[in-house]
Amino acid sequence: MDLFVINFLDGLIYGLLLFMLSSGLTLIFSMMGVLNLAHSAFFMLGAYFAYQISLYLGFWVGLLVAPPIVTVLGALVERYGLRQVHQYGHVPELIFTFGLYFVIEELVQYIWGKNFVEYRAPESLDFVAFTLAGGSIQAYKVFMLLCSVAIFLGLYYVLARTRVGMIIQASLSYPKTVESLGHNVPLVFMGVFGVGTGLAGVAGVIAGPTLQTYPGMAFALGSIVFVCVVVGGLGSLFGAFVASLIIGWMKTFAAAYNVGAAEILMYFGFEYPDNVYYHPWRDLWTLTLPQIGPLLPYLLLVLILIFRPYGLFGRRDA
Amino acid sequence: MKLFKKIASFVLASGVFFCSSTFADTVKIAFIEPLSGPYAASGSQGLAQFKFVAEDQINKKGGVLGGKNFEIIGFDNKLSAKEAVIQVEVAIDQGIRFIAQGNSSGIANAITDHVKKHNKRNPDKRVLFINYSAVDPALTNDKCNFWHFRFDANADNKMDAITDVIAGQPDIKKMYLIGQDYSFGKAVAAAAEKYLAEKTSVEIVGNELHPISKVQDFTPYARKIMASGADAVITGNWGADMLNLGKSLTEAGYKGPIYCYYCFGVGITSVFGEKGVGMLKAVGEGFHNPAPSDEFRQFHKRFKAKYPDNDFDQPRVINALSMLALAIDKAGTADDVVAVAKALEGMTFDSKLLNTKVYMRPQDHQAIQNLHIGDHSADVEFDMDNSGYGMKIFKTVEMASMDSPTTCKMKRP
Repeated sequence: MDLFVINFLDGLIYGLLLFMLSSGLTLIFSMMGVLNLAHSAFFMLGAYFAYQISLYLGFWVGLLVAPPIVTVLGALVERYGLRQVHQYGHVPELIFTFGLYFVIEELVQYIWGKNFVEYRAPESLDFVAFTLAGGSIQAYKVFMLLCSVAIFLGLYYVLARTRVGMIIQASLSYPKTVESLGHNVPLVFMGVFGVGTGLAGVAGVIAGPTLQTYPGMAFALGSIVFVCVVVGGLGSLFGAFVASLIIGWMKTFAAAYNVGAAEILMYFGFEYPDNVYYHPWRDLWTLTLPQIGPLLPYLLLVLILIFRPYGLFGRRDA
Repeated sequence: MKLFKKIASFVLASGVFFCSSTFADTVKIAFIEPLSGPYAASGSQGLAQFKFVAEDQINKKGGVLGGKNFEIIGFDNKLSAKEAVIQVEVAIDQGIRFIAQGNSSGIANAITDHVKKHNKRNPDKRVLFINYSAVDPALTNDKCNFWHFRFDANADNKMDAITDVIAGQPDIKKMYLIGQDYSFGKAVAAAAEKYLAEKTSVEIVGNELHPISKVQDFTPYARKIMASGADAVITGNWGADMLNLGKSLTEAGYKGPIYCYYCFGVGITSVFGEKGVGMLKAVGEGFHNPAPSDEFRQFHKRFKAKYPDNDFDQPRVINALSMLALAIDKAGTADDVVAVAKALEGMTFDSKLLNTKVYMRPQDHQAIQNLHIGDHSADVEFDMDNSGYGMKIFKTVEMASMDSPTTCKMKRP
């Protein structure tokens, strides 16, 4: 039971980290109708910027300064890249962000090299917060958890309760009307794109010390974030939140329990083969849950697309 | 005027002569590794070491066959077996006779199959496969062939050395085996099971494979290992899988040792820093603390002057290129690879630089050499990742696995 609780917490922390990434992506999609394929590259940039700053000024300055830099970069990309491409339609926009991903990945390798870099959690958070079932949870993990919850609440408040949020939501559905009311809709777009990539930057700053900072980090998390967004419903912030948590728990629990296919097959009355290594169904008999764990989110994605194509909380027309 | 003509013709002739000797007349070695993308770190580090050793140890000492230089040409295989085979073809098309590769046993398996087929079909354009790092035992056992030479100790040899050390540690009673789900990870697990049962009474409390480079968060694995009550962990993981596994274990409160194959270099040493002390214990042929020789100190200084950001962590590259050079000289040709391979078989190389012997076993083309177990430590002369930490030799197994059995049935042309 204790092990269950600790895995539950680990899954929650990982899920909330995914949410920090997917929230920005889903926000951008709901605004501009384009999937930003370079999103995870901005995540990586956040981590590397924070690493560079932390070398001179420490982790906390990095946490404060790196995300705004990523935000500005994102806004510039929207203003001088995406907006120019926009007139040619969604597919060129998609290809633009796809290319941008590789450009950023190569730039990062060029500047910081191909090795892991020594980006560490601050020493003030480098202690065990509490111990459960013999496993300890680091204070930094608790800090990660609090950060992501704060971001969720903050975003929700801005979008649902403030005037800025009202204008954003309005320009989402009726950009022409909002424009004729005197609001600068392209500026709103630029802002949302900047904030969206900035959120990915924050995620990078916070995740860098635990998931490691290296040129492969964007690739490692890139596809799973799209799964979160699509499962949650494209453009739905709450959907992304729920889907990220589900996927976080799914991956953690799948890795935690060594349920084997053999046990399930035997439960259904199949007999365990004498010499399993020469059995024609060897691969099935020796399969375990942790081995297929990373596959499960994609399985969920396929099922969602079949039975509820607009996602858990997406609107039908989105 | 006559004199001028004479000089001019002399200059022209010698120019042509020099051109041909520097450009056309080199012994080319194709280095086929991931040189771009997320796995480029290990490829580009290896390339730097190959280029440096070729220049410093071969060409500066007069090259081979009375003046021919070694030339290392990098080919990008993008860490894909399919791409690697294409690059082998490209290299062969360019007239290259020596193929070097080492990162990923999966790719080495593909290359050795391809080289075998190619050499059978094209007896006039045969090539040799210099495997400097891929350690799947199958390559020198069931899948062995005359064209493949391995200069690293294989996964079995290394496990033999690790378990020798574990056998001398009575407080290790429970062992957890974890690895990446592919040929190499499976080979490590099988070897660990076999040698632990033979040499010790250690109980294996966990033996599992995780999907390779698909797990971002190793925390649940760390929790499982903690819950199993393991005193020590053995893993063959490399790259992000190694780093994340180790970091998750420290964060989860694990205090025991991790016996590993690739827990150093490419940034791993620097990220672990103080936390890896007393925890990471690596097996390998190439740890230089204490320094093997004064000559090595000079060599290392020259390497660092040229590549300040890289580590010289694969001294087997020195063995591979030096032994190849000796074999080419002995055979008197760099084109007839059968003669070169026959000269390489059974060769004993006495390295003054590394103060060690390397024996190329003829029955399976597996190099036999001293293996060390190294401790992650700050008390080192040569650090890694410029971090102040490095691998300090804690125990050496002389000519490890010299008499180990092999299932190889070598067919010679």
